[in-house]
Amino acid sequence: MSVREATLARIRRNRPAGEHPLPEVPLFAPLVGDDHVAEFGERLKRMGGTLAEANPGGDLFASVRERLDGATVIASAVPEIAGNRDLGAVARPQDLADVDVAIVRAVFGVAETGSVLFTQAELRVNAVAYLAQHLVVLLDPADILVNIQAAYRRPDFARAAYAVLHTGPSATADIEGVLIHGAQGVRSLTVILAPRG
Amino acid sequence: MSASDELRPDDRRPGDASRRDGVIHPEVLAPTDESERGQDGRRLQHAEGASRPISAGAISPKAPREPQPRGAKIRGDRPIDQGEAAERFLAAPMHQKAHDARLWDLRSKRDTAAFGIPEWEELRELASQIKTHTLANLDRYLEEFEAQAKANGVQVHWAADGAEHNRIVLGLLKDHGAKSLIKSKSMLTEECGFRHYMAGTGIEVIETDLGERIQQLDNEEPSHVVVPAVHKTRFDVAEVFSRTMGTDPENDDAHYLAESQRMHTRPLILEADAGLTGCNFAIAETGTVVTCTNEGNADLSGNVPKLQIHSIGIEKLIPRIEHLGVFLRLLSRSALGSPITQYTSHFRKPRTGSAMHYVLVDNGRSERLGMEEFWTSLKCIRCGACMNTCPVYRRSGGLSYGATYSGPIGLIIDPTFNKRKYSTLPFSSTMNGSCTNVCPVKINIHEQIFAWRKVLAEEHQIPLLKQGMMKAAGQVLSRPATYRAAIGAADSALKVLPRFAVYNPLNTWGKGREMPEAPRQTFHAWYKQNRMAKAGGRTTGGKATGAKTTGGKATGGKTAASRNTEGTK
Repeated sequence: MSVREATLARIRRNRPAGEHPLPEVPLFAPLVGDDHVAEFGERLKRMGGTLAEANPGGDLFASVRERLDGATVIASAVPEIAGNRDLGAVARPQDLADVDVAIVRAVFGVAETGSVLFTQAELRVNAVAYLAQHLVVLLDPADILVNIQAAYRRPDFARAAYAVLHTGPSATADIEGVLIHGAQGVRSLTVILAPRG
Repeated sequence: MSASDELRPDDRRPGDASRRDGVIHPEVLAPTDESERGQDGRRLQHAEGASRPISAGAISPKAPREPQPRGAKIRGDRPIDQGEAAERFLAAPMHQKAHDARLWDLRSKRDTAAFGIPEWEELRELASQIKTHTLANLDRYLEEFEAQAKANGVQVHWAADGAEHNRIVLGLLKDHGAKSLIKSKSMLTEECGFRHYMAGTGIEVIETDLGERIQQLDNEEPSHVVVPAVHKTRFDVAEVFSRTMGTDPENDDAHYLAESQRMHTRPLILEADAGLTGCNFAIAETGTVVTCTNEGNADLSGNVPKLQIHSIGIEKLIPRIEHLGVFLRLLSRSALGSPITQYTSHFRKPRTGSAMHYVLVDNGRSERLGMEEFWTSLKCIRCGACMNTCPVYRRSGGLSYGATYSGPIGLIIDPTFNKRKYSTLPFSSTMNGSCTNVCPVKINIHEQIFAWRKVLAEEHQIPLLKQGMMKAAGQVLSRPATYRAAIGAADSALKVLPRFAVYNPLNTWGKGREMPEAPRQTFHAWYKQNRMAKAGGRTTGGKATGAKTTGGKATGGKTAASRNTEGTK
């Protein structure tokens, strides 16, 4: 008998007694108010992320302009801004190790937690969201879902090869509880509210 | 955006001068508390961040540093003497106080997060039922998970035990000609002794979680399932890093240490031939592996090297994606008091040109499923809440248990791996029940601890004197009325019992601390008097012990949790 068969046989032999039906999960009332954009921004900031303030001058990237101007390598996966590293021409994920700023559009945001979702389609190269020093995220305010429960009712997770919720930047507090951004992944995560073009 | 947050291309480019020969520049990143403040200036406490500065007491430069107390002495199969290791931990006050404060802070953050969700108790019940259902139908869900994974292009392996898991992973690494493996934190691989096994193979294993990396470099096991190096002070970390990475031994700034580790580990991540992650949830419906991390290192492990491996305990299965909407709301809030981890990652299919493998590990789980009193311990989602709330754990440190799993959950899991070696662990509990009350999947942890004591006594795994005490306890506990009467008497008994009865060597948790002041009235008696007698229209709140923590509509669980631990704080 293979290990697989033997394992399954032991499980069947040791099946716990009694009926244990799968419960129906009710739809819980949202914890957040109706202004999803404001709620999202508040949660994002609590999780160490930055919400770009609206800019009257019309420059979508005004809040990160300083960062972009200081960057040597910019990898953009969005049409709104041109980078100087073509994600479509990356042979190996390791080749993105020198990226200063990566710019990606989120599939959606989650107001309850301040999270944004990416799949391999948005990232082009998954590793860019971790190897870059800083991550800039474009999010359509219309794409903000109310809570995590709503997020997991979306079809994206079952379709994507890779899907990831980012909530603020990479963080650690493994040394005496001192919070540090940029443990291994990005040092900052900035969300710019930008309707899809 | 603060100045310190600005990009510094010169010292952050791979291959720059500061990393050319593996030597870390002390000026890599100037100390800053920029990460501790959010965009609006408020103090941040997400991830495992503390809600207030909690650092091991500052000592004068000339004072001798308090050495880190080491864990339990392992002598083959001989029973672990947790009490002995705990005594050494208690004898290191700087470590003990910082450890206690840090974990109590996590527990407090957990309470705040839990109380912020009106349906918290309903979520716990749902999570418990979903897990119970899945475990009762585990064969079916494993088959579904495997079929989906295969359809997604993932190769699935089955390992009967830890040794087989290690052999399979080594085989995969050899097949791909891998010389190094980066991995994210996984309690399963700890349980399998994976790192030790790999030591003799010529393939380098690199832990990429900061806490886990500290433990690896110090050749020590993780002491906690979520914060592996929580028992270490920044002085200890500075010592380990200076010894292993060449950092400045005098610089114990957490930012400097974390940044040094980042710079030291990053080239290893880039050069790694393979990556391995654990698994928080495995989704039967889609064949997805879900990891919940704060550092982004699981995503590096899964997305950078060409070969990706995910080690999965077979009890990690849940039926459907939508169920993550229940578990994710519980996990990080229970663990850290944070609404979600920084990264929630869903791996389903291999990347173009890469290979993806799952290793499904049993290692005693299928046998535990058949243990009537203990199988529900398989519901555990490894949040660590029971450890953070446990007065014994907070005062003795995870390494004192001498086992992969420490704290309350360890007491009921470890004996399933080795009854003799871990026979004494179920006695390292005050039986205050707080662990049960904070468990997000409602495992009756303290009842299982008691049940283990019975089992181990019946199988003569525990000393004779303890057996006598257990027999007496068993007679009382088997009858609710007697139990209630005894509890009423027990508090007063604490007042009149001779010291040797309370502070005898077998009552290990009586060591190093005085027993709590016994309340003048039990909660049960108070309730009877104040609530059940309310029809009489008169209540006497006065000295009641339960009243002060009974906050409005708090459920019994929450109330009991606050009450119990308060008595031991």
